[in-house]
Amino acid sequence: MNDMTPTDMPAETKTDLFSRFDPLIKQRQDLLDTGVTDPFSLVMEKVLSPTTAICSGRETILLGTYNYMGMTFDPDVIAAGKQALDDFGAGTTGSRVLNGTYAGHRAVEDALKEFYGMDHAMVFSTGYQANLGIISTIAGKGDYIVLDIDSHASIWDGCKMGDAEVVPFKHNDIEAMEKRLKRIPEGAGKLVILEGVYSMLGDIAPLKEMIRVAKENGAMVLVDEAHSMGFIGPNGRGVAEDQGVLDQVDFVIGTFSKSVGTVGGFCVSNHPKFEIMRLVCRPYVFTASLPPSVVATAATSIRKLMHAGNKRAHLWENSRTLHKALTGLGFKLGTAEPQSAIIAVIMPDLERGAMMWEALLREGLYVNLARPPATPAGMTLLRCSLCAEHTAEQVEIITGMFERAGKAIGII
Amino acid sequence: MDRAATAARIAEVITPFNKNAIGISEATSFSGDLEWDSLTVMDFVAAIEDEFDIIISMNQQAEIETYGQLIDAVTTLQG
Repeated sequence: MNDMTPTDMPAETKTDLFSRFDPLIKQRQDLLDTGVTDPFSLVMEKVLSPTTAICSGRETILLGTYNYMGMTFDPDVIAAGKQALDDFGAGTTGSRVLNGTYAGHRAVEDALKEFYGMDHAMVFSTGYQANLGIISTIAGKGDYIVLDIDSHASIWDGCKMGDAEVVPFKHNDIEAMEKRLKRIPEGAGKLVILEGVYSMLGDIAPLKEMIRVAKENGAMVLVDEAHSMGFIGPNGRGVAEDQGVLDQVDFVIGTFSKSVGTVGGFCVSNHPKFEIMRLVCRPYVFTASLPPSVVATAATSIRKLMHAGNKRAHLWENSRTLHKALTGLGFKLGTAEPQSAIIAVIMPDLERGAMMWEALLREGLYVNLARPPATPAGMTLLRCSLCAEHTAEQVEIITGMFERAGKAIGII
Repeated sequence: MDRAATAARIAEVITPFNKNAIGISEATSFSGDLEWDSLTVMDFVAAIEDEFDIIISMNQQAEIETYGQLIDAVTTLQG
């Protein structure tokens, strides 16, 4: 053994593990050097409502929150949260399988079972963990996961954490999916993973055909309905319900951090053995459960979403109006028709995307700037998500802001 | 199909993807020499899968760094 301590070692033998981030650090610095506001460090100083906040001292319309149904300030939801804080305290300090299951955790799982009309519901601390946990646990060594290439990071990470063979196919391509399913060795377990709404472009999946093909080939099906809960489908259960195939879905993954208006994730299922997940799913077991106030707000919100027909209708009206207006102004959008409450405005490049994002913020509008690797095909997007609480007047104001900013930056 | 025949067919499949007409040998690295982005990799893998009616899972792709390793893997996967 040598007797040199690490600090005595010559400098050239030390490797800075952070050097792998150098290209990204440079890209970020180059962008900031152009003088634009950093699009990834915005602070909401005060939140006034589901659709407005104070950012940099200015009242700003929020058009990038995924707060589709505007439940964050619902008086019943807030009252339930306050009551739970008083009755159960600030946190559980424990795993669901130890001291972390309170009455509220059971109550929110009951609300989910009722909402989806399914036998089992399991709540995770985030939507990310729901995908991570379920996917990595149910598909094991020798099994095959067949998934859409545009799947959310949490799905990919769930695949990476598990031991199954991972086989992606081209986005929404039924034939590409079928070919891969048919090539899987006989006897291997198969899991097909799809999303109802793909959040980057706001497009929906042809679930009816894809699930039929998956079932014909003996696969179990998991559908992530994070971006459809509450407003797509006759009961707001999502795209699978809308296309009449929810009964064919083995596992629905969802989140509380979008339409429900708080934080948390879940899986609902009719699988008769589903409850064993609570003992074998590590991202469920080895983390603290959601705070009592969070599950109380979620349960109240979910039950209100069962009867939110008017809000749903207004959300769709907003989505259609803005989609039509932006198309009319000459912006290039992610979908030809509005398919969800997400409208993705395609930017020519990251630099002009960041300039446009900043120009909109100056106008008093917040949208998401999305860039690779989160986006498909290396695109830079200004992603807008509408809320049922946006008024028709706000949508008109938003359109005006896009027109002025788009002309100033030279995009339209 | 033996390794030589497999190599010949892969050479045909790769041509349209090798847009900069880089000279390819068995030691050519996909990430280092060809500098393909992730979309090109996906399309190329799909083309190889369709040509040979096989699956190359992400797990297997992670082990394939060079052109020679791809030929080996496809030869093996055809069984």
